[in-house]
Amino acid sequence: MSQHSEPALDIRNLRTEFRIGGRWYPAVRDLSLTLAPNETLAIVGESGSGKSVTALSILQLLPQAGARIGAGEIRFEGRDLTTLSDREMSDVRGNSIAMIFQEPMTSLNPTMTIGEQIAEAIIIHRSVPNAEAMKEALRLLNEMKIPSAASRLYDYPHHFSGGMRQRVMIAMALACRPKVLLADEPTTALDVTIQAQVLLQLDELKKAYGMGVLFITHNLGVVAQIADRVAVMYAGEVVETADVVSLFNEPVHPYTVALMKAMPRSDMNHAGLEPIPGAGPAMTAMPPGCAFAPRCHLRQPQCETARPELLSLRGSDHLVRCPVQLEGSKA
Amino acid sequence: MTPVGSGALQVANLSKTFTIGGGLFGPPANLVRAVNDVSFSIPSGGSLGLVGESGCGKSTVSRMVMRLTEPDAGSVTFDGVNLLSARGAALRQMRRRVQIIFQDPYSSLNPRRTIRQTLEEPLHVHKFGSRRDIAEKAENALTEVGLSKDVIDRYPHEFSGGQRQRIGIARALVLDPDLIVADEPVSALDVSVQAQVLRLLEGLRERRGLSFLFVSHDLGVIRHFCDHLVVMYLGRIIEEGPTAQVLDHPMHPYTGLLRDSSPVPDPKMRLALMRIVGEIPSPAAPPPGCHFHPRCSRAEGLCLTQPPALAAMPGERHLACYHPLPAKMRHTPMDIVGVSSQHDPTKSERLA
Repeated sequence: MSQHSEPALDIRNLRTEFRIGGRWYPAVRDLSLTLAPNETLAIVGESGSGKSVTALSILQLLPQAGARIGAGEIRFEGRDLTTLSDREMSDVRGNSIAMIFQEPMTSLNPTMTIGEQIAEAIIIHRSVPNAEAMKEALRLLNEMKIPSAASRLYDYPHHFSGGMRQRVMIAMALACRPKVLLADEPTTALDVTIQAQVLLQLDELKKAYGMGVLFITHNLGVVAQIADRVAVMYAGEVVETADVVSLFNEPVHPYTVALMKAMPRSDMNHAGLEPIPGAGPAMTAMPPGCAFAPRCHLRQPQCETARPELLSLRGSDHLVRCPVQLEGSKA
Repeated sequence: MTPVGSGALQVANLSKTFTIGGGLFGPPANLVRAVNDVSFSIPSGGSLGLVGESGCGKSTVSRMVMRLTEPDAGSVTFDGVNLLSARGAALRQMRRRVQIIFQDPYSSLNPRRTIRQTLEEPLHVHKFGSRRDIAEKAENALTEVGLSKDVIDRYPHEFSGGQRQRIGIARALVLDPDLIVADEPVSALDVSVQAQVLRLLEGLRERRGLSFLFVSHDLGVIRHFCDHLVVMYLGRIIEEGPTAQVLDHPMHPYTGLLRDSSPVPDPKMRLALMRIVGEIPSPAAPPPGCHFHPRCSRAEGLCLTQPPALAAMPGERHLACYHPLPAKMRHTPMDIVGVSSQHDPTKSERLA
């Protein structure tokens, strides 16, 4: 998909670092990803894998002190976002790249009505009159299928349930018809039936707007439901990336395989879960070789010394950062 | 299902009503029936899963079993003793035998106490024995959950989420309980750590013959851990039965919806869910009749006025529904015109 059209977002060798005890440590290491228009790319990983930091790096929402983009480019509409000034960046933010967060309870302003909040975003970015912005807010709420939207425009966030607040957040994010939507665990705080609604709605909106959606989640089930392509992150780097069907049919990296075996499924009985032994490495104590090697049952001596590269599996778009498995798949 | 043995729990007709609002400046007082006539039993060594969405009353039920919340009506019988009327020494004895594991490993441990203090306190309260016995007991509990006893003098902030949850489990174990109430014990953990903790709980269940009341919203975890499943919706039990049977062949439309909304890690199983299945109504103003009827495509007639009673069905199952899903439909997603890998929106418009 990504080869045929100009990517909506192109991240090249991104390295985001945090300062801990006077030294800079990378939280995201040499990350390269492309996102095509009308595509959902899911980034899946556990806590500390760098998936949220990636999203914050794209929008340059990292804390001013103690965090920096150490290397790499984030190409969007012919520009490198990492070189833009604050003013140029705030023009991009919300306008062409929008973001929705995990917590629908805390990301809305409790002292403003729903309509005012959506309209505010529209007025700031498009400088239209108030009445017109409210009309647009109503259209967006209707598009998000909020029941009796016309009267709910004047409700406050506490009148809304969690699922409706998240839909309001999505409506605000879509107010300026962004080219790229960053969704950081948007359904994690929601009940499953509401999660299913929001996921379906996001998918329809992606098609309607032709957006590229970068969907960050820890839940492989959600990935399988919504993604076109998947990137699995571990310890700040992509360890495997492929289209969703290939990844679930033939997971190759030992971490991806282990993650799938560790997830209990609701639709079938399973002999037993296989937990991944140990825990992920700390940012300050990254092993010199493969980051997953200390927990890996396929570990070879060279895994502990040389950092593996992300290479193609049998010449396909399926990329894997594991020489041991790639060697095995050739045979 | 007649519970026998030492860890058997019987919950009968449990109800709880909370008052919200009222007060001098607050909104008018309103009654919320959080739990409405809930009955179930867990045999000794059994594990029962309680599932449902926010506000269905599952946590309130688990807290009432522990008497952390006092029920308005009903009874909780553990090993033949009514926990709700027990007083003094008898109640203390029962408290020892029923322990709880909480959801959030970050807020459920006292940050100012070392792991040793946390683990030893219940033993001191229950006058377990000499200082040395108590120290040994605490160390054993810690090794049983897979942590080294060298870490016993550390503070909670020195541990990761998964390790803290292990400490929470060790605290529940030091008193050698017979029943463990686990309120979402793994939902705050990462998948790989979640599997480790589930494995640990499984091992404990086998080794110690513990009974479990397991509260969760994650059907995958429930399917893995529990033999018996109870599904709640807005304070009432709507379906129960052996876990695999209920999940593979749900009879209540809500169970079907819950099952079909739970994402499965397989892109070929992508569901074209109905476009809008409606919000969960507020427990303060539940719809009349069957609470689920506004979201149910099968609702008609009696559903709108008269709540269905929980009735016994073949195969140890119970169901509260006038129009259960037909057997042939139970295998495929309900209300959905078909499983579509294309995610074709037109197919799913039926219910809209």
